[in-house]
Amino acid sequence: MSKIIVQGVAQGTVLKTTSPINFLGAVDKKTGVIHDKKYDIFEKSVKDTVLVFPHGIGSSVGAYTIYSLKSNQSAPVAMICQKADLTVASGCALANIPMIVVSNEEFNSIQDGNQITIDTKSEKIFN
Amino acid sequence: MELTSEENAALNGEHGDTLQTAYRILVATGEATNAEKLIPIKWAHLSGVNYNTIGDAGEQFLRELSKDARVKVKATVNPMGIDFDHISEFNHIDDEFIKKQASIRDSYIRMGVEPTFSCTPYDIFDLPEKNTQVSFAESNAAIFANSLGGLKTNKESAFSALASAITGKSPYSDLRKDDITTPMTIRMKMDNPNELDFGMLGFFAGKVGDTSVNISGVSQPNRRSCKALCGGMGTSGTCAKFQFIDSEDEKSEKVDFGKEEMNEVFDELNTAEKGDIITLGSPQLGLEELSDLSKMLKGKSFEKRCLIFCSRAVQEQARTLDYINEIERAGGEILSDCCTCLTPLIDTNETDAVTTNSIKGAYYLNNSTGVNVNLKPLTKIIEDETK
Repeated sequence: MSKIIVQGVAQGTVLKTTSPINFLGAVDKKTGVIHDKKYDIFEKSVKDTVLVFPHGIGSSVGAYTIYSLKSNQSAPVAMICQKADLTVASGCALANIPMIVVSNEEFNSIQDGNQITIDTKSEKIFN
Repeated sequence: MELTSEENAALNGEHGDTLQTAYRILVATGEATNAEKLIPIKWAHLSGVNYNTIGDAGEQFLRELSKDARVKVKATVNPMGIDFDHISEFNHIDDEFIKKQASIRDSYIRMGVEPTFSCTPYDIFDLPEKNTQVSFAESNAAIFANSLGGLKTNKESAFSALASAITGKSPYSDLRKDDITTPMTIRMKMDNPNELDFGMLGFFAGKVGDTSVNISGVSQPNRRSCKALCGGMGTSGTCAKFQFIDSEDEKSEKVDFGKEEMNEVFDELNTAEKGDIITLGSPQLGLEELSDLSKMLKGKSFEKRCLIFCSRAVQEQARTLDYINEIERAGGEILSDCCTCLTPLIDTNETDAVTTNSIKGAYYLNNSTGVNVNLKPLTKIIEDETK
C-alpha cells in the first residue's frame, strides 16, 4: 500500500540505495551527484532518476538542497521512500517532485535500474 | 488530514501565492507524518540562512517570497555563512558570497524575523512554558527544546518551519502529541564522559534510534555536554528527542554504547592527527561555555588560529562580563552570526585539517567543507594547543 505525499506523474530509471540520505551533506546541489563515499551510490547522479531510498536524515536544510536540484535541472523525477520525513516531504512539495511512501515489501521489490512510471492520480506504480 | 474551511481556502490559493505555498508544504509534511490536523504554534526557528547551504536557488526563492510573506509568530533564524564584522580577516571570501549572503539576511529581516543568526536560540531567549508547541528546524535546537526545554516540536525541515512561521501552524503529529512511545534505550557504558563522548553518543543514538530514545547510565551532564549530545544526535539521523532515565523499561530494546561503538564513531569522523586551525562552537557557544573557556585560558595563548563561534546576543553579554577580553587576549577570534558548519571562513586552499571538539562540526567539515578533522575534547585542545 503506498501513500502519496506529493502528487504528480513521472517516469524514469530507478536509482536505489538502502542508505538513508543526508541531502545537505551527501548530494551536490548543482549536479545531483552523490559526493559522500559512504554511500553505495557514491559518484552516481540523482538527476532524472526515480530516487528510491529509505528516508532522509540529517540537516533540515536538506529541503533547500532538493529545491536547488530542481532549480538546477538536476533533480530526480520522483522519490519513493519507506518512511516519510519532513525534510524530503517539504523539499518535494516546494519543488513539485512527486513523492510516495511504500510498504517494506514494495520497497524491497523495486530494483536499481528498473524503469518505473508513477501516477499518483491512479495510485499506481508500473514496472 | 482534515483542514478547516479557512485552511482549505488558503491551500486553494484564495489568500494568495505565499499562503498557498505555505499550506502546500504543511499538507505534505502533515501527510508524511500522519497528522490529523494543523495546530497553532508559538515560535518558529528557521534554518536555510547560510548561502553556502541554500545556494542561488534558495537566495532567489527567499528574495521573491519576502516581497509578500510576513511571519505571523515569533521567528528566529539560524546562522549565516559569515560574520559581516570580520570579513576583512578572511581575504578569500569573494564578493559574490557577501552579496548573496546579505540578500538572504535582508530577505529574512523583511519577513519580520528576529535577526538572531544562531543555532542556539535556547541560549538567547527564556523558553516559553512547558508543553508549548514550537516549530524548530535546526536539529540541535529541536532536540534541545524537546529533551531539555520541555517544549514540543518535530524535527522540522527548513521549509516546514518557514511555512509554520508564515501561517502560525504546524501539523499535529509525532512528537507534538502526548502519547509518545520510546521503544529503545541506549545504555551509556563509558565512565566520566566528556563533551566529545557525549557528541559521539548523540551521533550513535541518532543513527540507531527512531523518533525518540531513552538514554540510561548518564548522570547530570553539564550544558556543554548536553549541547554536544543534541548536536551529534541531530546530525546523524531522524531522532528528535531523548530522555535520561534511571531505571530501564523492561519492554524497550536495549542498545549499548561502549568502547567499541564509540571507536566506530570516532574512526568515521576523526580523519587527521592534528589540525591547522581550531574551531569551537557547533552548536554556537553559550555564556556558560564562554565563561568556562575564559577561565581555562587564564595565562595561556593559542599556538594556532582558533575560531570561536557564539551568537551575537551571547557575545554582547560575554563582553560586558569580560569573558571575551580574556579569550581574545589568548588569541581566540570571536565570530558571531555564523558557525563551524559550512562556513566559507574555513577554506580548503588554506586549511587541510581542523581540530574541534564538535561531532556535528566534524561531520560537516569532513563531508561538506571537505577538510579533515582532528577530534579532541576541549580540555585536551587547551592542553595541546596553547602555551
